[in-house]
Amino acid sequence: MAETTETDHVPLINLRSVTKTYGRGTAAMQALRGVDIAIEAGEFIAVMGPSGSGKSTCMNILGCLDTPTSGNYLFKGVEVGALSRDQRALLRRQYLGFVFQGFNLLNRTTALENVELPLMYRGDPLRTRHQLARTALDAVGLTGWEGHTPGELSGGQQQRVAIARAIVTRPALLFADEPTGSLDSSRSREIMEILTTLNREQGITIVMVTHEADMARYASRTIHFRDGLVVPEHETDHKGGH
Amino acid sequence: MFWNAVILALREIRRNVLRSFLTILGIVIGVAAVIVMVTLGDGATAQVTQQIASLGSNLLMVTPGKRMGPGQNVGAAPFTVEDAESLRRDIPQLAAVAPMASKSMSAIYGNANWSTQIAGSSNSYFEVRNWKTRTGRLFSDSELRSGAAICVIGGTVRSKLFGNQDPIGANIRLQNISCQVVGLLESKGQSTMGSDQDDVIIIPLRTFQRRIAGNQDVNIIQVSVRDGVSTARIQQDIERLLRERRHLSASDENNFNVMDMKEITAMLTSTTKIMTALLSAVGAVSLLVGGIGIMNIMLVSVTERTREIGIRLAIGAFEREVLMQFLVEAAVLSSFGGLVGITLALLSSVLLASLLKVPFIFNAPIVAVAFLFSGAVGLVFGYFPARKAAQLDPIEALRYE
Repeated sequence: MAETTETDHVPLINLRSVTKTYGRGTAAMQALRGVDIAIEAGEFIAVMGPSGSGKSTCMNILGCLDTPTSGNYLFKGVEVGALSRDQRALLRRQYLGFVFQGFNLLNRTTALENVELPLMYRGDPLRTRHQLARTALDAVGLTGWEGHTPGELSGGQQQRVAIARAIVTRPALLFADEPTGSLDSSRSREIMEILTTLNREQGITIVMVTHEADMARYASRTIHFRDGLVVPEHETDHKGGH
Repeated sequence: MFWNAVILALREIRRNVLRSFLTILGIVIGVAAVIVMVTLGDGATAQVTQQIASLGSNLLMVTPGKRMGPGQNVGAAPFTVEDAESLRRDIPQLAAVAPMASKSMSAIYGNANWSTQIAGSSNSYFEVRNWKTRTGRLFSDSELRSGAAICVIGGTVRSKLFGNQDPIGANIRLQNISCQVVGLLESKGQSTMGSDQDDVIIIPLRTFQRRIAGNQDVNIIQVSVRDGVSTARIQQDIERLLRERRHLSASDENNFNVMDMKEITAMLTSTTKIMTALLSAVGAVSLLVGGIGIMNIMLVSVTERTREIGIRLAIGAFEREVLMQFLVEAAVLSSFGGLVGITLALLSSVLLASLLKVPFIFNAPIVAVAFLFSGAVGLVFGYFPARKAAQLDPIEALRYE
């Protein structure tokens, strides 16, 4: 599975025997029990599994929001577990984008300002921010909606603003946590098409958690979680194609 | 990073105008109270100083008694006419020496009765106070020596007893003596202490001692120093002379005071200063309470905006950036309070100053200090909520409903 060749090829993401334990002693709960995952740049991964299977925990670790209890997480060959909170924040702002199920936009803040948020933390000047944010909103088909606040937008539009916010920094990796979870099927299809386009045309690697097999079909590969472990590929139905 | 935080803070305040206003009310009141008190205090002090300066800076007042503190004396033997005589004889730099004794009592003329201040002194008193008669004359030497029953009256006494009539030559009754009015003084108006300086009747000192007080006491000696002579030097000369006359040994403290105008000013303004300090302290307490109000609202705000903080942290905000955002928000909020308080204070100071008839003096340092202090209150009381926000776990914060 995980390559350990002598070449200097480094996968974008490399998890090696990662465990995560919450609590201590007898109350300890092992959410991840030795997970190995390698993801190459340009892949579109769907992550599936029942709730409590450890996929959310794994996503938090992959998203550098959390650190493993043991094992290694190498992002572009860098050991994330050894980084400080601020260093992980820096890594997130430079390489990662997030799309959440609940959209998580700032209320009473226009679409444009929401999209500009990561650029502000990156320290871009105002004009660059406006320009990049408009481009990102164009890319998700929201031209003309810049001045609207989340309250004035439909669920699908809100999720597209969230995607624009996630890609405005041109991240190497986009995490989408059930991006279609609160949308109807036609809105879901729109979102998936946007994600697929971003993956194909901009080469953004996507890791998407989903419950729906329909959505997982858009991905190039599916990783299944069960009981804090990744289910080996030969035990799962093959979905989509390599 | 800082300016971004300021913009965010302004946006946040604009979204909650009413709440922001109520939050800063404590700061507004505190800042306004401190500035108003200090401004009015300054005005009152300036007024006193100005009025004393108009009396002339060459005046010294010699009073019996030990100085306990500003304006407080403990009793000691009064002076005598001989003390005043000796000052005049032995200290040639003195322009005039006016021994004085006084008492408050009723003056009666016809049916009119007026309670006023009766002072016994000599013509030197008018010289020291630079006071002239409007009509009539002062005392003659023989009248002073013999203790004649005559008086010079101030404008207020005249209008209370005589109305518009000419008082010269009329006889007024003081206690059991009948006293002829020989002079009417020019009007001097209110004194530094707010009392009416024209509400006075002056009679020869000897007359006062013999027929009113029944003793030889002199309660105060007012002296004026010749132009170009240092009052500090003369003050020492007077002290030396009076110590000798009052038989004080080297180890004894003075049992009298020689005050120049600076000291009199200090004495008169000390009360104002104490009041200003006390009321300013109340204002400072209000600032403290205002600060706690800000902390309270900032804590509520952090809780309400947990998800927002989660989003910011997840997309890569540093802890210190979130800390800065909330700290700046608190500081901007309380600085706003400071500005509103300053505006309010200046408006009400102008109004109150004109009502209380004291000059309005703009005290720039206290305004600057109040503004900086209000900002500092925001920083101090905003720190704890801001730190709480910055240390949130992004995963938990994003899940927060």
